Amino acid sequence: MIDFSSVIIELVQILILLFAAPAFIGWIKTVKCLLQGRTYAGVFQPYRDIMKLFSKEVILAENASWIFRFTPYVVFGVTVLIGGIIPLVSIDLPLAATADVIALVMLFAIIRFFTALAGMDIGTAFGGMGSSREMTIASLAEPAMLMVVFTASLAANSTSLTHMVQVMAHGQFILRPSLAFALLAFIMVHLTETGRVPVDNPATHLELTMIHEAMILEYSGRHLALIEWAGMMKLFIYSALGIAIFCPWGIAATDDPAGMVLGGLWLACKLAAGGVILVLIETGLAKMRLFRLTEYLGGAFLLATLGMLSFFILE
Amino acid sequence: MTPFDLATISILLLLCTLILTPCVSRFRSFSIHLSFSITAVASLSAFIAGLLAVHRGGNTSAILQMGLPDLPFHLRLDPLAGFFLAVIGLLAFFVSVYSIDYVKGFSADRSITRFIVFFSLFIAGMFLVVLADDAFFFMVAWELMAVSSYFLVMYEDEKAENRRAAYLYIVIAHIGAIAILLSFGVMAGLANGFESFQGYTFASMRATSYPAAWATAAFFLAFFGFAAKAGVIPLHVWLPEAHPVAPSNVSALMSGVMLKTSIYGIIRVVFDFLKVFPWWWGGIVLALGLISAVLGVLYALMQHDLKRLLAYHSVENIGIILIGLGLAMLFTTFHLPVLAALALIAALYHTLNHAMFKGLLFMGAGAVLHATHERNMEEMGGLIHRMPWTAVFFLIGCVSIAALPPFNGFVSEWLTFQAFLLSPALHRPILSLLIPLGAALLALTGALAAACFVKAFGVTFLGHWRGHNPVDRVHEIGWSMRSGMFLASVTCFALGIFPTVVINWMDILAEKLTGGRIATSAGRFGWMWLTPYAHERASYSGFNVFIGILVVVFIAYILLHTRKTTIRRVPIWDCGFERLTPRMQYNATSFSMPIRRIFGFLFHIREEAQAVPPVRHPAYPERLRYRLKVSDRFWNWFYEPAGELAFFIARKIGNLQKGRIQVYLIYSFVTIIVLLVFLG
Repeated sequence: MIDFSSVIIELVQILILLFAAPAFIGWIKTVKCLLQGRTYAGVFQPYRDIMKLFSKEVILAENASWIFRFTPYVVFGVTVLIGGIIPLVSIDLPLAATADVIALVMLFAIIRFFTALAGMDIGTAFGGMGSSREMTIASLAEPAMLMVVFTASLAANSTSLTHMVQVMAHGQFILRPSLAFALLAFIMVHLTETGRVPVDNPATHLELTMIHEAMILEYSGRHLALIEWAGMMKLFIYSALGIAIFCPWGIAATDDPAGMVLGGLWLACKLAAGGVILVLIETGLAKMRLFRLTEYLGGAFLLATLGMLSFFILE
Repeated sequence: MTPFDLATISILLLLCTLILTPCVSRFRSFSIHLSFSITAVASLSAFIAGLLAVHRGGNTSAILQMGLPDLPFHLRLDPLAGFFLAVIGLLAFFVSVYSIDYVKGFSADRSITRFIVFFSLFIAGMFLVVLADDAFFFMVAWELMAVSSYFLVMYEDEKAENRRAAYLYIVIAHIGAIAILLSFGVMAGLANGFESFQGYTFASMRATSYPAAWATAAFFLAFFGFAAKAGVIPLHVWLPEAHPVAPSNVSALMSGVMLKTSIYGIIRVVFDFLKVFPWWWGGIVLALGLISAVLGVLYALMQHDLKRLLAYHSVENIGIILIGLGLAMLFTTFHLPVLAALALIAALYHTLNHAMFKGLLFMGAGAVLHATHERNMEEMGGLIHRMPWTAVFFLIGCVSIAALPPFNGFVSEWLTFQAFLLSPALHRPILSLLIPLGAALLALTGALAAACFVKAFGVTFLGHWRGHNPVDRVHEIGWSMRSGMFLASVTCFALGIFPTVVINWMDILAEKLTGGRIATSAGRFGWMWLTPYAHERASYSGFNVFIGILVVVFIAYILLHTRKTTIRRVPIWDCGFERLTPRMQYNATSFSMPIRRIFGFLFHIREEAQAVPPVRHPAYPERLRYRLKVSDRFWNWFYEPAGELAFFIARKIGNLQKGRIQVYLIYSFVTIIVLLVFLG
């Protein structure tokens, strides 16, 4: 049954996603600067970046096809849709049943597919290089991600995210070794999928190391703004997904406003802590060579498999 | 009119073209229009027949007083046959529409009549395979299908490559056919004793219960035979040879539906005839499915011939279908009918989906071939500007096969994943541990397929034209080809958005074969939510995904275009160096280089780079020559040794042949003595 209040919650959630995601990136950048002894531009710098890009003119290569112009909208649309599906502050969402965790993983694959196509559209070497690398890495990350999802779904006996959250947050608390392994693997896949440091460096435009940036190198103006904004939301969503699967306590089960405000506060605290962890990982590690990633993602896959083994043996 | 009548009409119409086409062959254009219209109508009527047969759920059978004396042909239309009839009919309809313009391309230099005759026979053969209800008629139809497709592969027979491919195809098809015949022999013998022939009907095979050892023999013979036709690894070598050289409309049919007749055969033998089987059969089918899926997509990634790439993807997709079948068999042996139904529905849904998107992709590849006269992707690029319609349809095919929501490929892969994730219900620790690893391999397959189709679409349609021939000759294709692809694209989309409708339609199949049904709907919006097992377990709504993306894209677009916006078109930024050339783009080989390096141990790779001696300065070679040959290891591992062994045995046996009459007389004498001693 779809009632009015849950539609409101859905809209509120999408607004939170749209407007909190840049702040999350800003927070990460600020903490990173603090940790590395650099001056920081503040939590709100990403908003200014996006606003600037939206007001700029679009410069398009002569042979860009409609794929190139269509991709930013698809990327943005899919990201917002995913943001409407995962539980952020409340689990009572009308869209939640649209996709389970497996379908969510494949929704992220749409973003990747079209970004990679856009990278090849102009016909420069950089774009093709980025697409090729991105698709290679994704093909190694996806099995690992699926094993994580599978291990996490064993406890709740469901792949529906709402149901998993319900079992974790409102069921009996049990210490699960399988989830510890799955969490480690999830963090590794998270860093891969959102293009963070040991895998890709979001701050670089150096030809040898670029992956995601190489694909979107030719974008400008509002197209780039949409892609950048979607990228920020993707990081936000992945972190929120991790919180929902592994640490959902505090989320509102019903649609009473007080619970939701509390849920929102909890989410903000958890995201802030998650951001700090992310920064610590990024500052502590160096970017890996492309062909070392096989071992890295193989490791993530093995950890998730170990988690599953421990579920069958210990739990 | 009953479904069976419609199917009969369809076959009679196809046989009509055999007589009509030669009569009107002098009027080329008319004969093309007439015959493909007839095949289109025939296919459509077969599709409707199949649709109704599954919908009504009953059986209709008939006996045809033809064939050998006392061995009449039996025909039967049950839901399983109806499902496959519908799949074959639907794709054959699209391909017939497509063929009108496509075949005109051939009409300049060779006989069209020959093509049309074998094309009609081929479709009729596939229809008869699923309608046959006795072993004898099944084999006749199976051979009709094999031989007519052999002549279609051979159509451009002036090229040595085509003759070789067709030969390889017919050899493997016949090795398979022998195994199927032997399997039927075993089952018919057990059904009615080895003395009389009356066990050859499927009805008597269905009514018999088989001793375990003989059942195993029958199953593995049948599985081997059907696997040879389906292209399961290691019996896949004919696919990447035969599909590229066949005319593209034939490749679409061969890859899209002919391979599916062997899936039909496996389901018929396992779930309909044998019924009771040990769990390890399912395990073997599952393992072979996984191997085919992963290796198929990896080999596909290494190809730069567009049609060869698609052919390897057929190996992958047959693998995915077998994964579903294997899981269905496993669940059946552990008496979990609902889960078995889920896995079987996943396999059958993927059968339908693969027919649609692979047919579409081969038609798209045919359009590209038609326009550029080129199969090598390294010579293409930027076709989206020259062939905008083909690009859109091909993209829909790519998105569908890469299993991206909201298109159809995703639905069946998602169902297969759900079947995988329900495997802890098997209560066998070792299976519960190993089967999820299979799910990870399926995820690997899906991700690699996405990479492969980014490559296929990106290199062919995006970027700049890489070819040596001028691009000006490339043109968009004709109306009939576009209509064929349009219909297939719409079907791919509809199958992704409204899966519940289709699954409700085919649920009866699962019920008949496994005894379980899957609950497909829950709540008020039953048609919208696909909930294969239980509402709390998992749900998916392709419709919502599509509408959601559409709404957000629409709002974003409107908001960004409220005030006047400008787009400035400029030349590509070349980093301040010399002018960029199209040869500097990433191509098919460089795109798959990281994957080739990671999974290199699976291929036989020969790579050589050679600097052409410098002219101006020793440090700056004029040009670099790079050669790369990636080949299938199975050819070296299985086929070459097998071929050598066959020749070795033949030579040894050849020693008997001395060419002297005395020696031959001795042979006869010894034979008579031996016979007298043993039989006397």
